[in-house]
Amino acid sequence: MVITVVGIIRAHNLFAVVMLGGVYSFLMATVMVILDAVDVSMTEAAVGAGMSTVLLLAVLHLTRTREAPLRHKPYIPLFVCLLTGGALVYGTLDLPPFGEANAPQNLHVAPYYIENAERETHSPNIVTAVLASYRGYDTLGEVTVIFTAGIGVLILLASGVRRRRVKPDPLQDPKDDAL
Amino acid sequence: MTTILADLNYWVTVFLLVGGLYIVVAHGNMIKKLVGLSIFQTSVYLLFLSPGKVLGGTAPIIAEGFDVYSNPLPHVLILTAIVVGVATIALGLALVVRIHRSYGTIEEDELHDLESDA
Repeated sequence: MVITVVGIIRAHNLFAVVMLGGVYSFLMATVMVILDAVDVSMTEAAVGAGMSTVLLLAVLHLTRTREAPLRHKPYIPLFVCLLTGGALVYGTLDLPPFGEANAPQNLHVAPYYIENAERETHSPNIVTAVLASYRGYDTLGEVTVIFTAGIGVLILLASGVRRRRVKPDPLQDPKDDAL
Repeated sequence: MTTILADLNYWVTVFLLVGGLYIVVAHGNMIKKLVGLSIFQTSVYLLFLSPGKVLGGTAPIIAEGFDVYSNPLPHVLILTAIVVGVATIALGLALVVRIHRSYGTIEEDELHDLESDA
């Protein structure tokens, strides 16, 4: 994954960037299986590697496929990123060790879900039970977000089309439209 | 050695996050910026999922013969986050298409040039 990201940073052909993005998403899905998150992994493979790549390819078709070379030296962004990275690594030193069953994040509601989810919702998959039952409002909000984003995309694309349709014939008599 | 291995997961996450941040800040091409943004988001997924893993545990699906399960709560949160992330990327890409229609470029530097010429 690290190598893929370095490749994405260095590639100037946007097709290569998009394809490496797809490779990266599949690798991420594999890591998620290792981390026991099978539901998340399937979603990431379908949505991250599939849908995002198709969307990006469609946009490449509508725009252009080469990235212009950088005009400024990237020293300031590099410095900011290294500073952020240093702070984050310093933060990881205080996190609980990997795979610990008694770490604080595994002691609050998670045991309740694991013990009672099947009895209360009759779903053997705990992730489904939590998603659809215990935290159903989250899912409702998620659907709202998708709806809003879809409307936004439609408005943005439709407004461009209308303007382009009007432009080619500015000499047309407006009375023709009234008929 | 064990402490290094224990933190390796977090350090890979940090590298991915910083790499995504660098692409967003340093590169002028908007499509590449969006790919960087999605890398940034994915690293956050990894940051959420890593602590939920329990060594010796299995995926949180109730089955005979398994007693130890990984924490299901991060999985639920990240499922929501993935879908919201794709919605964000789609909206950003629509903006890119719209900018390309109006100005004929998707490079920030060239947009600056157009503005200073006008």
